[in-house]
Amino acid sequence: MRLPVLNQGDSGGGCGGGCPPEPPGDSRRSFLRTTVSVGAGFAALGAALSPLRDLDVDKAFSGDSLLRDHYKELSAEEKARLFADIEAQIDRSYGVKASVGDPQPIPGVEFVYALNLSRCDGNRACVHACVKENNQSRSPEIQYIRVVEMPIGTFDPEHGDHYYGDEETPKPGHFYMPMQCHQCANPPCTKVCPVEATWQEADGITVIDYDWCIGCRYCQAACPYWARRFNWTDPEIPADELNPDMAYLSNRPRSRGVMEKCTFCLQRTRKGRMPACLEACPTGARKFGNILDPSSEVSQILRNKRILVLKEEVGTRPRFFYYFDERGPQPNEGGAA
Amino acid sequence: MRAYARFLYRCFRVSFVGDWRYQLWMLGLTILTLLGINAWARQFTEGLITTGMTDQVSWGLFIANFTYLVGMAAAAVMLVIPVYIYRNKELHDLVIFGELFAVAAIIMCLLFVTVDLGRPDRMHHMLLRFNFPMSLLTWDVLVLNVYLLLNLHICGYLIYCRYRRQEPSRWFYIPFVFISIVWAISIHTVTAFLLVGLGGRPFWNSAIIAPRFLASAFSAGPAFIILTLMAIEWFTTHPVPRKAYMTLRGIVLVAMTINVFLLGSELFTEFYADSAHIASVKYLWFGIHGHDQLVPWIWTALGMNLLALVMLYLPITKSKKLLAPACLLLIVGIWIEKGMGLIVPAFVPTPIGEVVEYMPTANEILICLGIWAFGLLLYTIFVRVTIPVLSGRLVEDQIFHTTPNAAAEFAADQRRTRTQEVPS
Repeated sequence: MRLPVLNQGDSGGGCGGGCPPEPPGDSRRSFLRTTVSVGAGFAALGAALSPLRDLDVDKAFSGDSLLRDHYKELSAEEKARLFADIEAQIDRSYGVKASVGDPQPIPGVEFVYALNLSRCDGNRACVHACVKENNQSRSPEIQYIRVVEMPIGTFDPEHGDHYYGDEETPKPGHFYMPMQCHQCANPPCTKVCPVEATWQEADGITVIDYDWCIGCRYCQAACPYWARRFNWTDPEIPADELNPDMAYLSNRPRSRGVMEKCTFCLQRTRKGRMPACLEACPTGARKFGNILDPSSEVSQILRNKRILVLKEEVGTRPRFFYYFDERGPQPNEGGAA
Repeated sequence: MRAYARFLYRCFRVSFVGDWRYQLWMLGLTILTLLGINAWARQFTEGLITTGMTDQVSWGLFIANFTYLVGMAAAAVMLVIPVYIYRNKELHDLVIFGELFAVAAIIMCLLFVTVDLGRPDRMHHMLLRFNFPMSLLTWDVLVLNVYLLLNLHICGYLIYCRYRRQEPSRWFYIPFVFISIVWAISIHTVTAFLLVGLGGRPFWNSAIIAPRFLASAFSAGPAFIILTLMAIEWFTTHPVPRKAYMTLRGIVLVAMTINVFLLGSELFTEFYADSAHIASVKYLWFGIHGHDQLVPWIWTALGMNLLALVMLYLPITKSKKLLAPACLLLIVGIWIEKGMGLIVPAFVPTPIGEVVEYMPTANEILICLGIWAFGLLLYTIFVRVTIPVLSGRLVEDQIFHTTPNAAAEFAADQRRTRTQEVPS
C-alpha cells in the first residue's frame, strides 16, 4: 500500500493529511490550537452535563438496580437478602422499621371486586385510605382510585366531574362512580410491556416489578381504565405516614421513573384481610372476595345482582364489577334478591 | 483493518474541514446539541417531571418526534426502489444520500425513545427479558436496529469501496438493498401497529393508521431528500441531474395524494358516524369542552399539506425555486400531523373521560431541538465525507488536499470532477 505517512502537521486544524512540511513554529501553533479546541469541547460538554451534580443517586436509583434480577428469577435466599436490603434502605431514608414480605397467591383463590353503585355516595374515604395503605407519593400526589360524579341519565364519564368537592356529597341528581384497576383477565397492559416487568398472578392480580420497569409508559397508554400511574419524580411520603407492613410486589416505596397501580392490596388480601378501600368505605358499597368459592359474597352478588362491566366491548374481561340494588319484584329470580 | 481505521480517521478529519458557512452551521448545531444535552441532564436529575407530560397525557413531544422520524427514514427506500428496481440512472449516484439520511433518522428515533424512558439506566433489561413477540415495542426495537445496521452496511461498504477504488462486489450489498426495501416498510408498519393495537384508545385503534403512516412517510421523506439535494448542489460541486428532482417530485406527489385521500376517508368515517368514538378526533379538529390547544396546529398542518399538494400538481414546481417551498410546507405540515397530531389526541380525553391538555415545557423542547441538531450534525458529516469520496478526491492512495480557504477548495473540487470521470 502506498499510504502517505502522517506528518506532525497532521494534528493541525484545517489540514487533512499529508500537508507540506511546516516550519516547526507553525506545527507547534497548530498543536496548541487543536489542544485548545479539544479542551474547549470537553469543557462545553462538562458544562452541559453539570446538572447531574445535583443527582441524589441513592434516592433516585435506590442502590443496586443494575445488578438486580427480575422478580421471577430470584431464589429464596436472594429474595431474603434483597428484602433485607430494601428494609435497610427504608430505614436509612425514612427512619422506619418496615417489613417487606412476599405473600404468594393462595391456591384456589381468584379475587374479584364488586362495587354497589346504588350505595356509593362519593365520600372518597376509599381514595385516601388507599393512598395511606399503599404508600403512594403525597407530592406529587398519586391516587389509584378516581371517583367521578355523574349526572343521572348518562354513563359516560366524560360528562362527569372528576374534581367535585368532598363536602357536599351526595349531590341530588348525581351518582358516583369509583374507578381503579380492573385486574383484567385479558389485560392489555401486561401484553405490551417490552421487558415483562408487569404480569398477571395466579389469583388474578396484575403486579409490577418496580425494580424491573424501564418507565416507557406503554402500559399506561394501553390501559382502557386509566388505572396506571407513573412516578414523574422521586415520590415523597412523610416518614410518620409510612405504612411499615409492605410487600415486594405492592406497597413498598417506589422509586422515580417507574409505573405503579392498584394491587387489590395483596399485602393484606393474600393474608385473609380485606383491601383498605373496602375497610374504609362507610356505605358498604364495596365487596371483595374469592370468585372460586360459590358461597362467597361476591359470588352471590355476581349470581343475583344486575351487573355492569365497564367497557365490556374492549374485551379485557375485568375482575371488577359494578352492580345495583334492585327494588320491587325481581322478574328473573322469583323475587329473591 | 488498519486501512479501515485509517479511513475512519481521515473521514473524521475531513468532517472538520469546510468554508465559513459550513463551520458556522456546524457550530450552531453543536451548540444546540450541547443545550439539548444540558436539558437532558436536568431531566435525568429531576425525573420526567421536567416535561409537560402527565398521567393523563403520558406521551408527548418525544414520542411524536419519534413516530415522525420513523417516517422520515423512509426517504432512503424511495430512492432505492427507483434505482434498484426500475434502474433509474439519474438517481443512481444520489441514492446513498437517502440511505445516509435513514441512518441519521434512525439514530434520532432511538435517542427520542431513550429520552422518553423513565429509567434509561435500566435499558439493559431489554436484553435480559425481551417480551417478544407479545409487545410491539420489542418488535420496534428489532426492526429499527436492523434497519440501522442494513443502511450502515450498505452505505459504509459502498463508500469504502469507492475510497479504495475497488468495484463493489454485488453479492456483498445487493441482497441487503432488497432486504432494506422490505424492511423500510416494516419499520412504519410496526411503529403504526404499536399504536393501532391498543383497544382502549379509539383514536389509534383504526386500521387506516398504518397505510396513512406509509403514505405520509413516503411523501415527507423524499421531500426532505429534495431539499438535501438542493443544498448539496448549492454548496458543493456534486452533480445533481434535474431529472432526479422530477422523479422525486413525482413520488412525493403520488404519496401525498394518497395521504390526503386516506385522511379524507378517516375524517368522513369519524364525523359522519358521529359516535362516542370521536371525542379525540373532535378534540384535535374542533376542541372539546372548551379545550382546543391543538386546533390551530392541525388546521395549519392541513392548510400546508393542501397547499403543497396543489403546488406539486401545478407545473410551477418544475422549477426548483417553487419546488423547495412546496417540500418545506409538506415536511412541516406532516411533522405537525404525524407528530403531535397523531400522539397527543389519543390521550384526550383520558379513557375515563377527563380532559387534560398537554403543553411541552421549555426543557422538553430543548431536548428535542438537541436531538434534531445532533441528527443533522451527523447527517452533515456523512454528506461532507461522502462527496469527496464519490468524486474521487478522497481515496486511499492519494493525499487529500484541503486548505482553510474554501474558495480554492471548491475550485479544486470543480476541476477534478470535470476532468476525471467517476467510475460507478
